[in-house]
Amino acid sequence: MKILVCISKTPDTTSKIAFKNGNTVFDDAGVQWIINPYDEWYALVRAIELQEKDPSAVIHLVTVGGADCEPVIRKALALGGNEAIRVNADSTDSYFIAAQIAEIAKQGGYDLVLTGKETIDYNGSTVGAMVAELLDMPYVSLATKFDLNGTTATINRDIEGGEEVNEVGLPVVVSCQKGVAEQRIPNMRGIMAARTKPLKVTEATAVEALTGIVSFELPPAKAGVKLVPADNVAELVRLLHEEAKAI
Amino acid sequence: MSVLIFVDQSEGHIKKSSFEILTYGAQLATQLGVAAQALVAGTVADDLSALGKYGVTKVLHAPAEALNHVDSQMYAQLVATVATTQNASVIIFSHNQTGKAVAGRVAAKLKAGLVTGAVALPDTTSGFVVKRTVFSGKAFANVNILSAVKVISVNPNSFHVTATEGKTAEVETIEIAATPKIKVTAVNKVSGDVPLTEAEIVVSGGRGLKGPENWGMLEDLAKVLHAATACSRPVADSHWRPHHEHVGQTGFQIAPNLYIAIGISGAIQHLAGVNRSKVIVVINKDPEAPFFKAADYGIVGDAFEVIPQLTAEIKKMKGI
Ligand SMILES: Cc1cc2nc3c(=O)[nH]c(=O)nc-3n(C[C@H](O)[C@H](O)[C@H](O)COP(=O)(O)OP(=O)(O)OC[C@H]3O[C@@H](n4cnc5c(N)ncnc54)[C@H](O)[C@@H]3O)c2cc1C
Ligand SMILES: Nc1ncnc2c1ncn2[C@@H]1O[C@H](COP(=O)(O)O)[C@@H](O)[C@H]1O
Repeated sequence: MKILVCISKTPDTTSKIAFKNGNTVFDDAGVQWIINPYDEWYALVRAIELQEKDPSAVIHLVTVGGADCEPVIRKALALGGNEAIRVNADSTDSYFIAAQIAEIAKQGGYDLVLTGKETIDYNGSTVGAMVAELLDMPYVSLATKFDLNGTTATINRDIEGGEEVNEVGLPVVVSCQKGVAEQRIPNMRGIMAARTKPLKVTEATAVEALTGIVSFELPPAKAGVKLVPADNVAELVRLLHEEAKAI
Repeated sequence: MSVLIFVDQSEGHIKKSSFEILTYGAQLATQLGVAAQALVAGTVADDLSALGKYGVTKVLHAPAEALNHVDSQMYAQLVATVATTQNASVIIFSHNQTGKAVAGRVAAKLKAGLVTGAVALPDTTSGFVVKRTVFSGKAFANVNILSAVKVISVNPNSFHVTATEGKTAEVETIEIAATPKIKVTAVNKVSGDVPLTEAEIVVSGGRGLKGPENWGMLEDLAKVLHAATACSRPVADSHWRPHHEHVGQTGFQIAPNLYIAIGISGAIQHLAGVNRSKVIVVINKDPEAPFFKAADYGIVGDAFEVIPQLTAEIKKMKGI
């Protein structure tokens, strides 16, 4: 079995969000880059667990990004995976990214493509769906549990107000979130092994971007909190009702 | 040309997020000078002609039973086919669980630019620029869609529903052959509760509540407010509350009218999931808790004393 895990890099969750060049570019001064948590904690760890059960399984990681992604992809390789592929391109257009991943997936003939639920910087929550469409494969989004029995996957997925259990034959694309696996910490052996694992770089295939970011904005600052004494809860209720009109 | 709005339903009933995007799509259609049409998949109990009150003139209904569950491949085929035959230039989804499964597929199929998580109508004065949230709610991006056909998924709770009572739409039934590849073997609905992503009011608890046994008072408060309940990540991680209540950067991102945070410190990753709430109330015994900086109203006090009083005062105000 061949598994492809899609890995993206994102600013650390505590990063201060600021923009430069007339609010057109994310200001990454002082920003720590991490593996997108959904990709690392859930998609990658679940793939590793599947390989632990079936040692003949092969895991490839793919990232679409510039050379600055390499430290992050090495960190991912320290957790597990046999090799990584970096498609050398900088893009924020989901379709462009999905087309690159689909191209790699077609060449590699994977049985399972795992993505994170979403990137925590771009929040598209859509690359997996696009990859699935480009590969003409079923797509199960927002998985909270993933099991494999031969070539049939049993997946719990979020639906509005609950969850659904899906059964689907491989190949399939699945986006993973909390529940699919538990976060792991890389150990020294993994970190050493990652240094010698292959990290292939391929050039991007020509795909036109269908969207472009014009500018960024920060939300307006809050006016400041109105504190109500703890012994006058009735006043809070009055404010919420009459002033904020929220209840 | 038209704006096609994908109307999501659950167990035969149109979802609230769909009324929001019907309004959004109808207003966009007016802006573009084209017709607004709705597409509904699966068996429905609701009267579809009534969707006219949100501004659509026509409702296309594909009633095949196979469409009662969201198989993204089958849904994308349906939406793309209808969009093409209706000559739709913009396709609208809600950025909910269904939209997240289907919108990207439709966009890829039609080679249409997609903006997910939109929070406002497109600015069409120069290009087709849609404002969306990025960095988990910490910022917005204005994104230009460059393709002829465009797909937008709108964040739930970011667009106000408007309706003109009495207006109706023409309903047209469409037959499509639908064979899902995904088999649904079980559906577990969290019954009785208000779904978190659709809730107007959310009552949320953190580690300050000490343990799962103390959630009763929070649920009582939620009940009188007809609110959904939520929690911080460590609370879900410790299994005090189910995972689907976890809000924040790595949980659900929500934007209710009112968010009441109780015993939550207000870590940046928590705020990322809730800072688009219109009004934020913080109850925390520590006056230095960072959450107060993001709040509109606050009480510095012990949750165990404040919550029961708050519930009682709201009951009094509502006369219940
Ligand atoms: C990569 C990453 C992603 C993360 N994603 C998320 C996320 O999505 N969502 C999330 O919530 N967190 C997330 N976190 C965790 C986050 O950093 C915080 O640790 C977490 O939000 C703290 O939860 P808390 O406020 O419930 O607990 P604490 O920080 O322990 O705060 C408890 C609060 O309760 C108050 N308190 C105590 N007793 C009482 C009382 N009797 N009455 C009133 N107040 C009381 C205390 O003053 C304190 O402010 C993430 C962290 C990382 C590193
Ligand atoms: N540049 C990228 N390279 C590799 N995988 C990516 C990239 N961007 C997104 N993905 C994958 O697609 C998922 C969803 O991303 P998004 O649609 O941006 O929210 C992520 O969790 C990743 O698994």
